[in-house]
Amino acid sequence: MMNFPSLSLLIFLPAFGVIPLLFLKNASVIRWMALLFTFADFLLAIAVLMRFDATSASMQFVEHVDWVPSLGISYAVGVDGISILFTFLTALLGWICILASWNSIVVKIKEFMICILVMQSLMIGVFCALDLFLFYVLWEAMLIPMYLIIGVWGGPRRVYAAVKFFLYTLAGSLLFLVGIIVLYQEGGQTFDILSLMAVDFSLSVQNWVFLLFLVAFAVKVPMFPVHTWLPDAHVEAPTAGSIILAGVLLKMGAYGFLRFSLPMLPDASHYFAPLMIGLSTVAIVYGGFLALAQSDLKKLIAYSSVSHMGFVTLGLFTFNENALSGAVLQMFNHGISTGALFLAIGLLYERTHTRQISDYGGLMKIVPLYTIYFGLFSFASMAVPGTNGFIGELLILSGAFGANVWVGVAAVIGAMLAAVYMLSLFKSVALGPIVTFEEGTIWDIGQREGVCLLALAVFIFWIGLYPKPFLGIMAPALGQLLGQLGQGG
Amino acid sequence: MDKQLIIQSIIASSPEIIMIVGACLLLLGSVFPMHRLGSWLTVTSLVIILVAAFIALLLIDSPQSVYGDSFVVDPFALFFKAVILLAASLTILMSGQYLESENIVEGEYYVLILLATAGMMIMVSGQDLLVIYMGLELQALSFYVLVGYRRRVLQSNEAALKYVILGAVSSGIFLYGLSLIYGLTGTTQLGQMATVLSTSTTPDLMIVLAIIFMVVGLAFKVGAVPMHMWVPDVYEGAPTPITAFLSVGSKAAAFAILLRIFLEAMTPLAEIWTDIVILIAVATMALGSFVALVQTNIKRMLAYSSIAHAGFALLGFIAGSESGIASVMLYLLIYTFMNFGLFAVVILMQKEGAGRDQIDSYTGLATVHPRWALLTLIFLFSLAGIPPTAGFFAKFYILLALIEQGYVILAVIAVLLSAVAAYFYIRIVMLMYMKEPLHPFSLSRSSSLNLVLVITGIGTVGIGLAPDWFLEQAQRALFLGQTINSSTIIP
Repeated sequence: MMNFPSLSLLIFLPAFGVIPLLFLKNASVIRWMALLFTFADFLLAIAVLMRFDATSASMQFVEHVDWVPSLGISYAVGVDGISILFTFLTALLGWICILASWNSIVVKIKEFMICILVMQSLMIGVFCALDLFLFYVLWEAMLIPMYLIIGVWGGPRRVYAAVKFFLYTLAGSLLFLVGIIVLYQEGGQTFDILSLMAVDFSLSVQNWVFLLFLVAFAVKVPMFPVHTWLPDAHVEAPTAGSIILAGVLLKMGAYGFLRFSLPMLPDASHYFAPLMIGLSTVAIVYGGFLALAQSDLKKLIAYSSVSHMGFVTLGLFTFNENALSGAVLQMFNHGISTGALFLAIGLLYERTHTRQISDYGGLMKIVPLYTIYFGLFSFASMAVPGTNGFIGELLILSGAFGANVWVGVAAVIGAMLAAVYMLSLFKSVALGPIVTFEEGTIWDIGQREGVCLLALAVFIFWIGLYPKPFLGIMAPALGQLLGQLGQGG
Repeated sequence: MDKQLIIQSIIASSPEIIMIVGACLLLLGSVFPMHRLGSWLTVTSLVIILVAAFIALLLIDSPQSVYGDSFVVDPFALFFKAVILLAASLTILMSGQYLESENIVEGEYYVLILLATAGMMIMVSGQDLLVIYMGLELQALSFYVLVGYRRRVLQSNEAALKYVILGAVSSGIFLYGLSLIYGLTGTTQLGQMATVLSTSTTPDLMIVLAIIFMVVGLAFKVGAVPMHMWVPDVYEGAPTPITAFLSVGSKAAAFAILLRIFLEAMTPLAEIWTDIVILIAVATMALGSFVALVQTNIKRMLAYSSIAHAGFALLGFIAGSESGIASVMLYLLIYTFMNFGLFAVVILMQKEGAGRDQIDSYTGLATVHPRWALLTLIFLFSLAGIPPTAGFFAKFYILLALIEQGYVILAVIAVLLSAVAAYFYIRIVMLMYMKEPLHPFSLSRSSSLNLVLVITGIGTVGIGLAPDWFLEQAQRALFLGQTINSSTIIP
């Protein structure tokens, strides 16, 4: 078993789950089956992580099969220290999504589970792809299940939100496609990501392609001027949809910068860095202020995501080791803590069917266990020391101050805003006078919900107190990336 | 003429001869009263097509130029013949049920389809302007009648009348362009024309005029702006299977002669026509994409969608390289599958009454018929160009060819317009999946229609996942002029 295709199995296992689901009728069997496949995938992801050699910067578990040889397209997958973190994150959130939709999805359960399983396969595939064409196909194919997840099982304005999400992402992705083809033609007719990284493109090609890629990734992140689809999509999506969006899809934009823009287009990255830092700073502050003004729980978290992802892109484009590792860690953190917050809000909404902050108060006295978790996730989101958010933001801020003091100051303001809106959210929801709900409409978390929340809480403390394994696993890959950037600069 | 050459010519053109003789026999046979006329006609015409296809397949290893270099059998022509014959078979399979519901089961309908197919096959094999024009007219005249085949329906009559008048005018314009080019070069044979044009001095006004006339004539056939006006009305009025055939077969044949005339004979003049075609392509994509947004009738929407697709396919023609030609061919093959698939769904959904062909009638389909809805979703996403469907690969390869030639800005415009176009496809998905049904569905199912849906569904998904073999076929199918020297066979 020298060349056991572990990554292919990791990618396709959830999709295989679709086959038994097609023949099942009983809703509870369908749920268990979906859980079985996603959880098996999670265990597999752990196994891959255990066998991963954290000291090496090269791609591991590489598989390579020709797909369209006449155009140099192949099915090539592999992971390095960066992508393995996100495959793991995706696999972790997979079964949590299934559990989060256990009771909240009541219509077309089979179709919903199929969409989630397909989504899982595509997302893990995106993080593992070593061929640009494969990457694009998986990246774009995600639109179909995600469009359905938002549009079919979402809230009242779901259709509008789904179409908006689809068109924003599609327009960006198509420009990305043009950029990919330009790289293909300029880089010796290959879609192989590693060979393209080695090509030294001319500055004008780099700049053009950077701009084309920027649109696609900026929409996905989402960065400042093109973030408007996110609040709509988040508010209307079902809980599992929000978790996937916040936890994984937003990471893909930043991952795109990390995997393509920075190593393949180093000169252009340096050239556009002021623009990127500027947009990130605006996103941090503007997103923070918008979050401050929200009265809807999900909208508040959505805008806080814009602000937090601003930290990530800021970290990526300050080009020093601290900031880069902070950015990657922050991507992972944001997946955990924002995913957790959406899960927590979903649990609340399942019970009371309202997301207005003003409808809540004094939850601490009614549902104490829930409130502890909610408080923990809020603290992680505002980067309280001891939680994962602190480590990530600290690293990014240290890098930002190194680059430009004013940018650092703006980022600190953003971090302070996060404390303001998260604390005031926690205050009005958990503390204060008790709002009485009708009998039986609110109850504390059950076992199923507890497992999900606990799993996420473990990671919050783990990274917050002992981030070394996480930083260690990505360090060689980031070192290589810095080398590539340095050559260009 | 040498006897041997005559026999060789007849063998090389035997698929076309079989189609035409078969059509005549079918016409005679359908006169006799028969118990199940519809099935008999379907089976017989399919057999004729299969025989012609089989013989065409035998010719694949012997590319040749016959009838005094006016008719070629090269991989390029055979690829297009395969597309056209596939389209004709799917049209016939789709027709049975439809004709019965319209109460127009008649032999002439099938005869005309066979004749139109033969006309297209002659077009794609034509190496001489006269042969090309003859095929074009045979095809066009058959379609004029087919479009008006729902005789008792006013819309169908209107469509036929519009198509005849506009078609005749455009044929006239095209013919005038041909006559000018003949006057300037002294030949109608494409190979000789290329030689004359490549040695001639600076192009004068007459050449520009001739090119404009020819481009305009062909723009009508592919439904490109500014000659697109007929498309929505004709698509709406024509019997639905004929609409599908028109949008795929007729367009494929027109693209074949566009590629052959301009890229084989007129390459020396490329700098004149490239700018014109770029303008046409962008205008066509833009108009098709934007106007389709506001359509409420699915056939009209598909008409504008087919205009937009024609604009996109023109991009491969603009690239003009070997991969450009191959990309157009692959695009048309894939378009055949996905477009026929969607038209088969339109026929499936067709019911009597006022709400006929309305996009709204797809509301809630996924709740009642999840399988049909899923199939429709695949066709729609393929037309929108979302991977992993074949429609994505078709667009991808055209963009690849286009960027290879340095047209990056054009590629950016094209993808942004196809993002606009995506909206009207996903709107139908939205209606099917995200709304509750308004009325009960009455599907007009039949086993032959199911077969069409299965074939097109497999094609749409299959080529998307494993495009390699199809891609190689398209890449291998070059013009005869580029593979063997046409002057080896002397008339």
